[in-house]
Amino acid sequence: MLKALTLLLLFQLAGEVLSRLLDLPVPGPVVGMALMFLLLLARGGPDSDLRETSNTLLSHLSLLFVPAGTGVLLHIQRVAEEWLALSVALVGSTLIGIAVTALVLNAMIRRGRRDEAGS
Amino acid sequence: MKGPIADIWVYLAATPLLGLTLTLVCYQIAYAIHSRLGMHPAANPVLLAVAMLVAILLVTDTPYPIYFDGAQFVHFLLGPATVALAIPLYAQIGRLKKLALPLLVALVAGSLAAALSAVALGALFGASHELLMSLAPKSVTTPIAMGVAEKLGGLPSLTAVLVIATGILGAIGARSIYRVLHIEDHAVRGFAIGLASHGIGTARAFQVSEQAGAFAALAMGLNGLFTAAALPVLLPWLEALFHS
Repeated sequence: MLKALTLLLLFQLAGEVLSRLLDLPVPGPVVGMALMFLLLLARGGPDSDLRETSNTLLSHLSLLFVPAGTGVLLHIQRVAEEWLALSVALVGSTLIGIAVTALVLNAMIRRGRRDEAGS
Repeated sequence: MKGPIADIWVYLAATPLLGLTLTLVCYQIAYAIHSRLGMHPAANPVLLAVAMLVAILLVTDTPYPIYFDGAQFVHFLLGPATVALAIPLYAQIGRLKKLALPLLVALVAGSLAAALSAVALGALFGASHELLMSLAPKSVTTPIAMGVAEKLGGLPSLTAVLVIATGILGAIGARSIYRVLHIEDHAVRGFAIGLASHGIGTARAFQVSEQAGAFAALAMGLNGLFTAAALPVLLPWLEALFHS
């Protein structure tokens, strides 16, 4: 647990340093995720300690968004002023984003299977 | 509030203990409600917990920065949790290699559809320029979205809230969309919700299956990369096109 947590923090730190050093548009933790993925590729997978710790952390992923979500308090006035445009844009674009991604991916996978079967 | 209780609240609110404990208690109540309702997506635990906390902070007249002094310890764990997403992702390596091209095409199509439809719908309903630029990056994970909003001339702290709202909406709505469109494949379901609704969508996808969660994590990372690279170039160009 402690070892795995330290490893995760070390990779986040490495990601943070790399992101700043190379002036990447992506924040440190995402770079850290990519680095961790490379480590797993090299090692042939996580050990049980790392697997269990990441499972624990990810099983409560929703909790970690609560503090930032409560930040809506800071913007109550603007939300009240522009609520219509906001709700339409948020609801519409989220549904469109999910639908377009799912339909395109589904169609591409089917085409791939057909090509495989045909060749 | 008046009297000794108010005095004790003022004292406690000045330490991180209260914000941290409140966050954990509200989340667990929210999660209990979510479980009691058979993990129904509409009873989203983030939404319920945020609603409780906002009500408590408003009633007790506690400013958000004082609450965040305690809640930041939970917020901080987002970093290591993002790194930890590499582990379920690695478990899907076999399928990932096979699907590389379809995933890339879906990434570009879905990412642009989500960002551009947000700006177009907002503009159609008279949103201010600041709001539009804060809306554009709302499908990607909070730190990337805030950085992109700043580059575009939006308000980063408003974007953080829009990001969370988008995550909650996706987690609530995805199942119905998949039902209507007959999407059965858990890799596709996960990828779409992770792309449009980042970490909160990913959390929801992990409830459905390990595979859906892993593909959601992948989509979240890829869309973060793509949005950060594409939007700051694309949006000003589109705006110039519309105003000419």
